Amino acid sequence: MMKMSDSYTIVVGLEIHIHLATRSKMFCSCELVYGQPPNTRVCPVCLGMPGTLPVMNKTAVEYAVLTAMALRCQIAPLTKWDRKSYYYPDLPKNYQISQYDLPIGSSGYIEISQEDGGTKKIRIRRAHLEEDAGKNIHDAGGYTAVDLNRAGAPLLEIVTEPDMNSPVEVRALAEELRRIVRFLGVSEGDMQKGHMRFEPNINLHIQRNGQVFKTPITEVKNLNSFRALERSIAYEARRQYEEFLEIGRTLQMGNKKTFGWDDEQEITVLQREKEEAHDYRYFPEPDLVPVRLTPEWLAEIESRLCELPLAMERRFQREYGLSRYDAGVLTAERATAEFFEQTMRLGAEPKRVCNFLTQAGLKIANELSVPIDRLRITPETLAKLAQMVESGLVSTTAANLVFEQIAREGGEPEVIVREKNLLQSSDGGQIEVLAEAVIAEQPQAVRDVVEENKKAKKALGFLMGQIIQKAGGQVNPKLVSQILQQKLNALKGKP
Amino acid sequence: MEWTVRALQEQISAGQIRSEEVVKAFFERIDKIEPQVGAFLTLLKETAYEQARSVDEKIAAGQPVGPLAGVPLAIKDNLCMTVGPTTCASKMLEHFYSPYNAHVVENLKAADAVIVGKTNMDEFAMGSSTENSGLKRTCNPWNTSRVPGGSSGGSAAAVAARMCAAALGSDTGGSIRQPAGFCGVVGLKPTYGRVSRYGLVAYGSSLDQIGPITQTVEDSAILLNVIAGYDSRDSTCVSEDIAPVPDYTADLEQPFEGLRIAVVESLLEGAQIEVQQVIAEVLKIYEAQGAQLVPIQMPHFDYAISAYYVIATAEASSNLARYDGVHYGYRSSRAQDYIEVYSKSRDEALGPEVKRRIMLGTFALSSGYYDAYYLKALKVRNLIREDFTRAFEQADCLMLPVSPTTAFRLGEKTADPLQMYLADIYTIAVNLAGVPAASIPCGLDRSRLPIGFQIVTAPFTEQTLLRIARMYERCTCWHQQLPEIAQ
Repeated sequence: MMKMSDSYTIVVGLEIHIHLATRSKMFCSCELVYGQPPNTRVCPVCLGMPGTLPVMNKTAVEYAVLTAMALRCQIAPLTKWDRKSYYYPDLPKNYQISQYDLPIGSSGYIEISQEDGGTKKIRIRRAHLEEDAGKNIHDAGGYTAVDLNRAGAPLLEIVTEPDMNSPVEVRALAEELRRIVRFLGVSEGDMQKGHMRFEPNINLHIQRNGQVFKTPITEVKNLNSFRALERSIAYEARRQYEEFLEIGRTLQMGNKKTFGWDDEQEITVLQREKEEAHDYRYFPEPDLVPVRLTPEWLAEIESRLCELPLAMERRFQREYGLSRYDAGVLTAERATAEFFEQTMRLGAEPKRVCNFLTQAGLKIANELSVPIDRLRITPETLAKLAQMVESGLVSTTAANLVFEQIAREGGEPEVIVREKNLLQSSDGGQIEVLAEAVIAEQPQAVRDVVEENKKAKKALGFLMGQIIQKAGGQVNPKLVSQILQQKLNALKGKP
Repeated sequence: MEWTVRALQEQISAGQIRSEEVVKAFFERIDKIEPQVGAFLTLLKETAYEQARSVDEKIAAGQPVGPLAGVPLAIKDNLCMTVGPTTCASKMLEHFYSPYNAHVVENLKAADAVIVGKTNMDEFAMGSSTENSGLKRTCNPWNTSRVPGGSSGGSAAAVAARMCAAALGSDTGGSIRQPAGFCGVVGLKPTYGRVSRYGLVAYGSSLDQIGPITQTVEDSAILLNVIAGYDSRDSTCVSEDIAPVPDYTADLEQPFEGLRIAVVESLLEGAQIEVQQVIAEVLKIYEAQGAQLVPIQMPHFDYAISAYYVIATAEASSNLARYDGVHYGYRSSRAQDYIEVYSKSRDEALGPEVKRRIMLGTFALSSGYYDAYYLKALKVRNLIREDFTRAFEQADCLMLPVSPTTAFRLGEKTADPLQMYLADIYTIAVNLAGVPAASIPCGLDRSRLPIGFQIVTAPFTEQTLLRIARMYERCTCWHQQLPEIAQ
């Protein structure tokens, strides 16, 4: 229940952990594959066996740098590794190799799209690399079992400033970040596989009678879906406000609380009351050498940077006159966006190509679970097909059939259209004959149109349909509409 | 029969004697001497004979063999091997079998060495007398009421008593050189980064280095030839582009012309009188060969022990965190929950010195103390490095005692850990600086206990170091002295 005089702002900062799509783990050569039987993707190094030493995965560093560059971060010319100590059964060495005071990236920002179509900059505090822990499995028949397949997987941790002010904004940021890492090819960003985990820090700034009250910060741990992220923040905002009304506690040193998220009941659950005096005893990892990011190396990495998805989305709206929705769907995946652009370069009509790609294209790609550029259709064949629709050679419906066949099996549009007899008639004489026949057969509908009564629009459509049906579907609807309109206008006595 | 690596290798490769016979002779000695010395934690009779026979077969078939063909060696028990347990002399790992071989073990195998056993040590290499072993007591072969030194006490004792031709040890603060000195054998700690640490169970990662313990300088050169070099599995291992690995035996017999020896007068004063006298004689032998003494200062040497016990224990507190009873090693049967799996397993299986160092290191890294201890210690470490750099601008090597005293009595210092720490004064700074150093036998005291002296040289100049050592060795016969027990 909101007090009449109160208004509040939600303040959220986010920590995001992203699994990088390297072939091997962060510090050993174990192959990174998901969904394998427990403890089958492990070696002495990621098991933390005595005497083993870590060896840095260079690709993971490059992926992290590339992402940090996309987030407009300052890149540390010299970075290093630190040990973060804590005891937990899923952490084989009881320390995690991470980065403490020299993260790869710092002081960047990410632009997110707002509901009004504008953009907002969310500042990035830091981006650093670390190794993931394994997984504790608590329902192993009265025991807790530990699966270390994931232990040592490269994780990019990104920390934002508390710049987000609504659950929707937080979700937008999370989704934008996912789109960016997928565009860059540094992560699959597969939510089902836990490739992204979120930990929001939330509190409220409550305005009451000209005063501002800040509620204690709560952190929600380990959220792995956008939905849970959005809902947990909305829930926390309500809960914090109610708690404020009830006990009036405000933000102080050390009164941060940690919550978990109950996905079924959709509530946050208290995990730690006071922020425990966690002392991670960070110190430089003596088994690894510092990493010097030389200008040459950075330049090489920078050359892999591409246009970011949001910028591309905006450009598609601008350059091709697409709606925000269409541009958004096209730029959800880099493969789709690039396919679209290549087709555009061949001089096709944007909206028509967009429709092919976002409807039939994505449907088939999804079905076959491949990116759109792995379908048998090429930008060249798509441009040709779009051209055929444009010039009235085939109907949109027929073209969709052709698209689907090419996408699945390959082939040339002209050949398929001929083989399947999909070329539509643009023979004005034939259409005139058919139109006259239909007008004769359907006096009621004709009357509706001529009288321009309430049913006129529907009746016109009906008459069109009748003509197309008589022609067996293979007629150019534009031409049908034109001829029918002429005939009906004549009946109305119009020119 | 001559027992050196060089002599054995030559005779075995030439087919004059079979490795199997050599191994048999060594095991006969072990059967006789080991009950009084206790150098070994594990004897690997079966695999040793297998290795020996396979070398013999190769030789009989005229196939080429490695530089250690058929030579019986011992390995400190903190080096991982797939044969036998790798215990680090700790109850924690008493029944731990490593799934892989350490880099140096792979190299020894590739060189056709025969490994006769794993040697006793201070638990996790923490100590200077091997009395901190959680599994066994090792006595000094020269006098079984004395300690063999540590932490590589088992390796040094085994070589001194000729229960193996040579051994590998590890040195974090003197753990190769000090027991070598106490047992009258040669001990070499190579430059940090010269030998891969992959498979060496870590104590102080930035200080640990593997090296040989041998009867002669030449044997150390032969072993270093086998174990030195780049290994991609150790990121701190130095590339051979930067520091090529020479043949360490190549110019061993060539005296170093115009040798300049740095000497720190003030440092000698702390040593036992007999040690001081012996060092003076050593210097005379060099002078007689044309060497020049250069008196220098090492202004930060005094702070080495303090810095070492902060850095080494900080790293150790983190390195040993993995021994928690969860994944491998000892697990308490009395634990009620997972926190107790940690606390009880560690409490029951780790010895007092290991616990002491874990606590020291944990404290030094704790928030609020980090700057005052760990960071300060790193600064001291840099100053000590600079001391050495300056020394090597003025001289080709530095000569020092290895230890202020000869081997002390078993139990003499166990009650006073600080006194034990202070005895590492001459060896510890070398690890902080990462430079190479060797301990060379140079005399016996009144009680017929060995005395060693230490040669320190610039990074990656082991070749020079060994040549300088050989200059002394060829003029003396201390390296040929045997303890009574081994005669």
